Amino acid sequence: MSATNLHMYALATPLIGAFAVMVVGRFSRRAVAPMVLGILSFSFAAALAVFLQVLSGGGFRYVVGNWLAPYGIELSVDHLGSLMQLLVSGVALTASVSAVKSVAKDLEERQHLFFTLYLILIAGLHGLVLTADAFNVYVLLEIASITAYGLIALGRGRAVVSSFNYVIMGSTGACFYLLGIGYLYILTGTLNMADLARIIPTLESGAALATAFAFCIVGLWIKMAFFPLHVWLPNAYSDMPDGAAVLVAPLMTKVTIYLMIRFMFSIFSPAYEFIQHAGVQQIVVGVAALGIVCASAMAIAQKNLRRMLTYLIIAEVGYMVGGVWLANAQGMTGAILHIVNDALMTLCLFLAVSAIAYHEGALDFDRLRGLFRRMPVTMAALVVAALSMIGVPPTCGFFSKWYLLLGGIEAGQWLYVGALIFSSLVNAVLFFRVIEIAYFRTPDEVAHGSGHEALQVREAPAAMLQPLVLAAAALIGVGLATGPLVQHVIRFAVPVGF
Amino acid sequence: MNLEPSYWPLAAVLISLLGVVPILLSDRRPNLREAWTVLISLGKFTIIAALLPAVLEGGGYRITLAEVLPGVAIALRVDAMGMYFALVASFLWILTSIYSIGYMRALDEHDQTRYYASFAVAMSATVGVAFSANLLTLYLFYEMLSLSTYPLVTHKQDAEARSAGRKYLTYLLGTSVAFTLPAMILIYTLTGTLDFTAGGILAGKADASTVSLLLVLLVFGFAKAAVMPFHGWLPAAMVAPTPVSSFLHGVAVVKVGVFSILRMVFFVFGTGLLADLNLGVVLTTLASITVLVASLVALTQDNLKRRLAYSTIGQLSYMILGAGMLTAAGMTGGLLHLSMHAFGKITLFLCAGAIYIAAHKSNISEMDGLGRRMPVTYGAFFLASLSIIGMPPLGGFLSKWSLVVGAIDGGQLLLVAVVLVSSMLNAAYFFPIVYRGFFARAADGNGGEEIREAPLLCLIPLSITALFCLALFLWPSVLLQLIQMVVSS
Repeated sequence: MSATNLHMYALATPLIGAFAVMVVGRFSRRAVAPMVLGILSFSFAAALAVFLQVLSGGGFRYVVGNWLAPYGIELSVDHLGSLMQLLVSGVALTASVSAVKSVAKDLEERQHLFFTLYLILIAGLHGLVLTADAFNVYVLLEIASITAYGLIALGRGRAVVSSFNYVIMGSTGACFYLLGIGYLYILTGTLNMADLARIIPTLESGAALATAFAFCIVGLWIKMAFFPLHVWLPNAYSDMPDGAAVLVAPLMTKVTIYLMIRFMFSIFSPAYEFIQHAGVQQIVVGVAALGIVCASAMAIAQKNLRRMLTYLIIAEVGYMVGGVWLANAQGMTGAILHIVNDALMTLCLFLAVSAIAYHEGALDFDRLRGLFRRMPVTMAALVVAALSMIGVPPTCGFFSKWYLLLGGIEAGQWLYVGALIFSSLVNAVLFFRVIEIAYFRTPDEVAHGSGHEALQVREAPAAMLQPLVLAAAALIGVGLATGPLVQHVIRFAVPVGF
Repeated sequence: MNLEPSYWPLAAVLISLLGVVPILLSDRRPNLREAWTVLISLGKFTIIAALLPAVLEGGGYRITLAEVLPGVAIALRVDAMGMYFALVASFLWILTSIYSIGYMRALDEHDQTRYYASFAVAMSATVGVAFSANLLTLYLFYEMLSLSTYPLVTHKQDAEARSAGRKYLTYLLGTSVAFTLPAMILIYTLTGTLDFTAGGILAGKADASTVSLLLVLLVFGFAKAAVMPFHGWLPAAMVAPTPVSSFLHGVAVVKVGVFSILRMVFFVFGTGLLADLNLGVVLTTLASITVLVASLVALTQDNLKRRLAYSTIGQLSYMILGAGMLTAAGMTGGLLHLSMHAFGKITLFLCAGAIYIAAHKSNISEMDGLGRRMPVTYGAFFLASLSIIGMPPLGGFLSKWSLVVGAIDGGQLLLVAVVLVSSMLNAAYFFPIVYRGFFARAADGNGGEEIREAPLLCLIPLSITALFCLALFLWPSVLLQLIQMVVSS
């Protein structure tokens, strides 16, 4: 394989592997897990190689099958893209180690079907982070979304209803985006990002262009559950199988935010969004601040760990959208850093949830009593993730929040700064409430003198603990590596002129 | 100042953090576990003491671990001020470790492994704060201390401990996220650095109103210093086992708060800047109110540990008062009081623990006549309370003397009055305890014949710390020399 093709292997292996898993899985269920792990390990190794190559040699553009743009499919492998690809493949691999166990328990006969969708979703995400074509974004986003609808529908309780709700909202978002790029195509005659970026500044900035921009951006906001377009998310994310949640929750919203960044800076330009429409910029940051506050407040009202986390995801979306729209280098750095950090934090939290659910089933707060005794390792990892969500150094959550706050102060967006601090405090309350329940309360059976096994250590299987511990360690490791990460990768993603 | 790169500061911080591993592994063998604890505490003190000579010669050590933000690294450095605090804290940890063994075994406490492990982490954080080279590193260790002491405060795991723990974290974590973090970011925005620099980094970078805002944010943000109105966590934290109250809430945690504020005053704001803007008065006003109110509240407390806690709140503000005077003698007094109060208050708490073990009593009104049963404990208590009141020939006299001189130098006669009135209040809440112990008749008629002194492992540490209160009056030279280096820079 040639060195410049590696990113294609990272993308194509899960796609082709998905069908192989479906066929082989019909005959031998035992083969599914090794195949999935093998495919994702290979994909991760390739993504890592591409990332290192970009680090040393810089980014490049790639034309699939030598069909030249504007007709062919062009990919752009730059610093941000390869970082995202590394993130996607790393999170996918880590999540799948745990998913293999929990899916075997939850879905038994349907494992191979689950993993078929799972791998197609991963392939879609790989494509999304690399594509340099606005229409392919639509196609790949639908591949990722439709597989996600399927995965959610496999879940517990009212999962089918939640999934259907998500289908309606997600399809609306997709239609918006499609309409938007339709306008763009009429205006410019191309859908290649580089061409668009060249042509758009020459156009008169009229209502048509603004409509195109608005449709696309609102479409993406629906897909990423930006407040107040978030209502589909809590049900969908809390009802899906744990094996899917560990993949979908960390990656889907984050990749969509990445797409928003691409759309705003690779197709349109900072000048268009922040100078020509400065009023819109103010409003978006304000809404982001409002979203952070409201989502945090709604998280307080939850009585179930999983649902609490889903509202926190919405609050974190507000962090990142706000950071991007602050229109300065610090905010942008913070937003990109937070994409990475939040993916890892969410991964760690959902891995912990999945480990707890393996034995406990439901995750209502009442069920968490005495959990520090039963699952010390899981709870330790959960505490690390909680500290990162609160923003305690040296966990990575602190550093992205640092940049976001810095950006907010620089831009004079005090509402946003206040919202970030408010959300940190709320996170502290939320997580210490959980920790307190798990640390203090003894289960009812013990109080009644029976059921001493409630005090015995009963951890989830090792295959679920290892990724969890790895993710928790990554939170600290990435935190300490913030300096080089910003210096060597994210710096290149900040648009010129900031 | 000439700082030499070295791994020893890192070793001094990490030894007790890594020590958690053998402590956890020897969960089922208590003797081995306690041996580790004592060994680690001795090792920590030895490393820190070994760094002392270079600091006294005007040098020091530094190490940069990771450059996490442009211009801001996670970095340690050993200078006079950090050395001063680390020396006192690590020495007292040895004694507390020994005392803990006696205390926890005498009461047959549960979850002792968790207790010793959390203690070791807290100690790492304390020395980490002392050796931090910049505000970010300090913040990191400061938070680590809040979190690692949470399991200690809530050790009993009952309803009272739970609400105390909630209060503890709400105050400490809440203030640090809501006040310290924004202040830190604001300082970074203004100056582009967070390094501690003698003479401060803010001079010329910020206007008067911003500096005042930062000062207030930081004084309240470091709520471990328990400046009113953010003091409520400290009396609540008294539900912890007594060694925790004595060492952590008499010395390490609270002094980390004061130390952080003094670090800010000397190395971020710079005393020159505060004097120019006449902002010392912010510190002295907040501190004076706390000193007086806390002493008055202490008078009303019947629970011995709660009375000591309010006494601590008052005494901590002496140190801030001294710094706020912005005169050399005042600053010396404030810094000196940090160690003098540490030795005094730890003795008092250790005595309170000894009384609890021996007689199972925690209210002062029930302690009549106990002194005759426990002469060593009460003798130590008497010495330590004299030191905190500020009587010669005990260490506390030196610091209070210096504070009074500092106030006169600065022409702030009102502050002289504050120090003197509060010292009288100190006497008023300490002497009755001693008097009742030695001279009052026990209410129930029998003098509690069965009550004996606490175990030797408890008695020895508290005698040593009491004697140190005396010794530090006679030989304060090393501490004074370190303080001199801080003040003169």
